[in-house]
Amino acid sequence: MDAFLTHLRAAVLGTLVLAVVTCGAYPLVVWGIAQAFFRDKADGSLILDKDGTVRGSRLIGQGFMGAIYFHPRPSAAGANGYDAANSGGSNLGPTSRKLADAIKDRVAAYRAENGLKETDTVPADAVTASGSGLDPHISPRNAELQAPRVAKARGLALEKVLAEIHAHTDPAGLGFLGEPGVNVLRLNLALDGR
Amino acid sequence: MNSSGWLQLAVFIGALALVTKPIGLYLVQVLDAKGRTWLDPVLQPLERLTYRIMGVDAAKEHDWRRYTLAMLLFSLASCVSTYAILRLQHLLPLNPQGLGPLSPDLAFNTAVSFTTNTNWQSYSGESTMSYLSQMVALTLHNFVSASVGIGIAAALVRAVSRHSAKTIGNFWVDLVRTTYFLLLPLCLVFAVVLVSQGMIQNFKPYTKARLVEPIKVSVEKKNDKGEIVLGADSGPVMEEQIVVEQLIVQGPMASQVAIKMLGTNGGGYANANAAHPYENPTPLSNFLQMLSIFAIGSGLTYYLGRMTKNQAHGWSVWGAMMTLFLAGVLVCWWAEARGNPVHQSLGIAALDGNMEGKEVRFGIFKSALFATITTDASCGAVNAMHDSFTAIGGVVPLFNMELGEVVIGGVGAGLYGMLVFVVLAVFIAGLMVGRTPEYLGKKIHAYDVKMAMLSLLVLTLSILGFTAWAAVSPWGLAGLNNTGPHGLSEILYAYSSATANNGSAFAGLTANTPWYNTTLGLAMLTGRFLMIVPIMALAGSLVQKKISPPSAGTFPVSGGTFIILLIGTVLLIGALNFLPVLALGPIVEHFLTAQGHLF
Repeated sequence: MDAFLTHLRAAVLGTLVLAVVTCGAYPLVVWGIAQAFFRDKADGSLILDKDGTVRGSRLIGQGFMGAIYFHPRPSAAGANGYDAANSGGSNLGPTSRKLADAIKDRVAAYRAENGLKETDTVPADAVTASGSGLDPHISPRNAELQAPRVAKARGLALEKVLAEIHAHTDPAGLGFLGEPGVNVLRLNLALDGR
Repeated sequence: MNSSGWLQLAVFIGALALVTKPIGLYLVQVLDAKGRTWLDPVLQPLERLTYRIMGVDAAKEHDWRRYTLAMLLFSLASCVSTYAILRLQHLLPLNPQGLGPLSPDLAFNTAVSFTTNTNWQSYSGESTMSYLSQMVALTLHNFVSASVGIGIAAALVRAVSRHSAKTIGNFWVDLVRTTYFLLLPLCLVFAVVLVSQGMIQNFKPYTKARLVEPIKVSVEKKNDKGEIVLGADSGPVMEEQIVVEQLIVQGPMASQVAIKMLGTNGGGYANANAAHPYENPTPLSNFLQMLSIFAIGSGLTYYLGRMTKNQAHGWSVWGAMMTLFLAGVLVCWWAEARGNPVHQSLGIAALDGNMEGKEVRFGIFKSALFATITTDASCGAVNAMHDSFTAIGGVVPLFNMELGEVVIGGVGAGLYGMLVFVVLAVFIAGLMVGRTPEYLGKKIHAYDVKMAMLSLLVLTLSILGFTAWAAVSPWGLAGLNNTGPHGLSEILYAYSSATANNGSAFAGLTANTPWYNTTLGLAMLTGRFLMIVPIMALAGSLVQKKISPPSAGTFPVSGGTFIILLIGTVLLIGALNFLPVLALGPIVEHFLTAQGHLF
């Protein structure tokens, strides 16, 4: 019985002490260092307008539908997509009819928007939802296929739009980790001249 | 399967091999009450103060019963405190979004989930948890459940390496030293590196961003009282609305994510976990997160070799683990790169593979690699949605968990799980040659094999029992997001993940119901504590045995034969237990996909 009470006391007090150290001191020290050296990133890599209004985050995708904009991937985050307080994927499996029907519609819409032939394949990322629903990137091929439409809608030369795509492509990490991606929000803001 | 993938795989394995020895050597110092580290001047005063407050005599060691009792009482105390915080979060500070309390069943599920190092999440982080709940109620367990696992592994290794003894260490010393000397310093550095990649660490309310292009959406019309207006056909009336704002999650994320990975916890800050751009901003942060999942577990195999004075044994266990790891990665990568024939017939480029549920910045390979690592270990963080993997791609994480997560495994849990298989492997080898089985000079008797088998059978019973129950119950079927064989896979995945203390999910399953929360909570408790207790009994038996010198008939526990026998034992038990149910779920789904059959 003595051993039981000694251990119980250690358990309760140990929970308290370890909570103070790992849940109080530790996150505050990380917060202090993060705010001192990486304030912009620690606060969410936000993009501000000239008047200081927050227009989004460099890391978080936004929905775009207009012809003058590059379109991001389909999104399953929240009811309307790109809900940055409700991240998530479709979680539809390989034999899901719902998913196959959605892909069929998206493929048709993508071909129609961008003037592709019925036989042209469509980049996978253009017609599938990401895991987070907030994927800021599209694949370079997806962006290049959308470029003629955007150039025409904006009355710009195709070369200028392709150059902007190139300028807003995040390379693979250290040159070989992961995949390169075109940041849609930053690209669209650049085209808007902001 | 492209050359860049092969290069990344080689770099990952090389990096893991490089950190294994230094971490193992450091563990030797941390897990010795009198060990010396270069952090002693800073941390030793804190360590001594902690013992004084807790009333612990650090010089006194425990036998296996005392050690287990202390572990259970500590888990209980910390679990209850988390339950209390979650139920009371609306009354507590650091809740800028004004989030309400959790329901009793969700709070039970979540408290158990984090106590058992599972981090199954029936909830969506950003819309459920206040900053205080994330930072205290959950992060506390991220640290201490990892320390408990490492402590149990150390106790078992001590039992193997000592002879004719009774005690296997002091639980409180293992807990405190692992937390302070191992996890805290590693996390501090790692969290700052993650912030440098773009991860958030602040206490601001969620950011409101003005959308660059406002979007038109159709929503259910509501009256002044906030009730949904019903039309003539008794369906809701829809109206057009212009959305001009994006609400962006904020909070103290980096400090939590660092320990979530290093402690193989895996519970995401945001719902999308490591797929969320804040929670895994760049391919480099992704690489480091994967490495951190395996780092400590890998170091523990070196610790095993060092403590048993048989480094070849440690490396052989590591080799068996890496072989199983490679097999998993290659199958998963192949399946995901091959993609879904149904979707390709609709016009998706075949070269792109299966991108549903995956992020562009990670691509196919890094998603397959992450999925394999997170389920080889008991981490459960995900950077892609496993529910949307191809049928065969999804078998890999599922089967990894059902093998007991012994491929590197959870911190500590992977090593003690694998040592159970080592005992069984030498037992099988003994049967084959007709000699009393021996493990590192200790004779293995019926009692030891019984305890080893008990710890494995408990897992099988929990996974298959609960899955069968849910699959024939209305409450079980009500939560499904997919029908057909994939529905069974969703249920099977949930109980495999809970029992194996993994925490990843086929996340389409709506598990936030009283039935699922309770049964999954019980599965997690079973998988953690009903597995640990027989293993501690095994430790109690091993530590008392004499060590007899090796003879010509001793089966060596290192080298190719041992590795093959160990892998064979793991696969044999896993396959016998789970192939039938896998055949009904993902395997039949694979053939249906090939035929273009949809549900």
